[in-house]
Amino acid sequence: MNSIILVSIIMTLVAASTPILLAALGELVVEKSGVLNLGVEGMMLTGAVAGFAVAFSTGSVALGLIASVIAGIGTAMIFAVLTLSLTANQVATGLALTIFGVGASSLIGAGFVGRTIDRLGPLFPEALSGHPWLRALFGHDIIVYLSLALVLGVSLFLRRTRAGLILRAVGENDASAHAIGYPVIGIRYAAIAFGGALAGLGGAYFSLALTPMWADRLTAGRGWIALALVVFSAWKPGRLLLGAYLFGAVMTFELQAKAAGITWLAPEVLAMAPYLATILVLTMMSLGRKTGRLDAPACLGKPFSAS
Amino acid sequence: MSSIITRRTLVAGGAAASALPLLGRNAFAQAPLGVGFIYVGPIGDHGWSWTHDQGRKALEKQYGDKIKTSFIENVAEGPDAARALRQLAQAGNQLIFATSFGFMNPTIQVAKQFPKLKFEHATGYQRAENVATYNARFYEGRAVIGTIAGHMSKSGQAGYIASFPIPEVVMGINAFTLAARKVNPNFKTKVIWASTWYDPAKEADAAKALIDQGADVITQHTDSPAALQAAEQRGVFAFGQASDMSAFAPKAHLTAIVDDWSGYYIKRVKEVMDGSWKSGDVWGGIKDGFVKLAPFNAAMTPAARAGAEEVEKGIVAGTLHPFTGELKDQKGVLRLKAGETAPDEMLSKMDWYVDGVQA
Repeated sequence: MNSIILVSIIMTLVAASTPILLAALGELVVEKSGVLNLGVEGMMLTGAVAGFAVAFSTGSVALGLIASVIAGIGTAMIFAVLTLSLTANQVATGLALTIFGVGASSLIGAGFVGRTIDRLGPLFPEALSGHPWLRALFGHDIIVYLSLALVLGVSLFLRRTRAGLILRAVGENDASAHAIGYPVIGIRYAAIAFGGALAGLGGAYFSLALTPMWADRLTAGRGWIALALVVFSAWKPGRLLLGAYLFGAVMTFELQAKAAGITWLAPEVLAMAPYLATILVLTMMSLGRKTGRLDAPACLGKPFSAS
Repeated sequence: MSSIITRRTLVAGGAAASALPLLGRNAFAQAPLGVGFIYVGPIGDHGWSWTHDQGRKALEKQYGDKIKTSFIENVAEGPDAARALRQLAQAGNQLIFATSFGFMNPTIQVAKQFPKLKFEHATGYQRAENVATYNARFYEGRAVIGTIAGHMSKSGQAGYIASFPIPEVVMGINAFTLAARKVNPNFKTKVIWASTWYDPAKEADAAKALIDQGADVITQHTDSPAALQAAEQRGVFAFGQASDMSAFAPKAHLTAIVDDWSGYYIKRVKEVMDGSWKSGDVWGGIKDGFVKLAPFNAAMTPAARAGAEEVEKGIVAGTLHPFTGELKDQKGVLRLKAGETAPDEMLSKMDWYVDGVQA
């Protein structure tokens, strides 16, 4: 395998992992605050369609990205109002949000079927990425670098900042956090908004960078993979990054293996490989821990009311 | 038992109520013929379901007020399909098109409950008095694009993004490869089984992987234009699937196999109107207008253009069958003797590859 192919594989891998990473990172913060939002797929789709609609109408991919973030937050707010203010069941509301997102994105996108835009290009000028190996470092678009920065940011926020500590406290014991005066509902609203923003951005990565078009159900279930990754990463941003890239890597190698003519493995087995590998490695990492306690935030999925 | 009676009574009452406003009009004009469709995917998929919906729109254009069409999209294959079909039947449709292979059993089952209605099932093999089947010979189109690929490929390697190894898909891979090898005897087709009909990001990544491994022409049997976009980005050629996808890849898109169901739909509706509709089985190709080719890209060489036109003409004239002997499979087993053409039964059960396929 020559270096050009290897670099090309790395580029594909990174691109395939980025939307999953973004959506999962947002959901990680939401779950850390004690809320389970299963509507990631729906938020990704509304972000994808809003991003495309605005980018197509204005000719600006940047505006499209902003629109996708706003659309993601807007969709997430429906969930937040229903579950936080009206204490609806989080699981049912999250599932409903996905169904809503599928339908709403299809409705909004109906006028954009068959249109294309100029895809989101590399951040750095060509000169920096002339050599194949430099391309692997500098050949990505802005969202890739942003997603990596966000992993670092979220990790530091959760472990090193007071605000992060409060967020985790709300997720671990909402009653106590409330008793010492923290606005549990307000903090959860903020966390859900952040989750929506990243899911929307992850969705827009499909319609603006990976496949610059609108087509129904463009995300094809990546939101569910993101949800699973949060659990398998044991709610740790670093592991989440590893999990998302591992998933992208196995998915890319699966396709490369088929293209290279490896036929002794059934295609169905290869198609399962990314899921199997992700589950296997992340489970092994969880088993390697000595304490053995459950990693999920203690208040995950439980409704809270201040009365 | 009582619940069934209640439900029936409800349905009867509902039907009577919905018929009331029609009574006045019926005195003057005939009620429009109801034509229903169920689609397996979203009509915005640019592919399979979209082309069937284009057929429905052609019906509306052709018959105007004389018909009333309705459709249900995203119907899952299985029990949901029976429910959707029943809904269309109870809504007063007299002709119902079920447009996916997996709707076969539900269609037969619902058709039994509504013997007076007429059903049409796309790509199936089970028929009844009131259930007809229809399908298109997409492999004819694939023979044309295979010919073009043979001329246009410099590396002699094509990438084929396939969905599932069913006869329909295998037939397409073989027709494409056979045609390309007539132009370039060393031609190879690398196949990636995507194990999905629709996942744009994966389809695009599959195209990239094939290009990485040396393919310079990409074709697909999956439903989105994503592979074309990847080909455009990498500067290789590709073909559209089910509809003209040139808007997505103006440079890469050489042509597309276009599904066109409108002629068949218009004909069948007319037959219901004049009472001559009969159950039957139609497998139409280029000659019948079921399969068309999108306009050729200016980038195509004169040789490729001439070769494609020759194959197309030969298929229409009946002098060329994409599967003509002597034909051996990948393992060297003789499948067709010299001069023999493949019978339809052989095609519809195809589970072997011709030489040159890497699957």
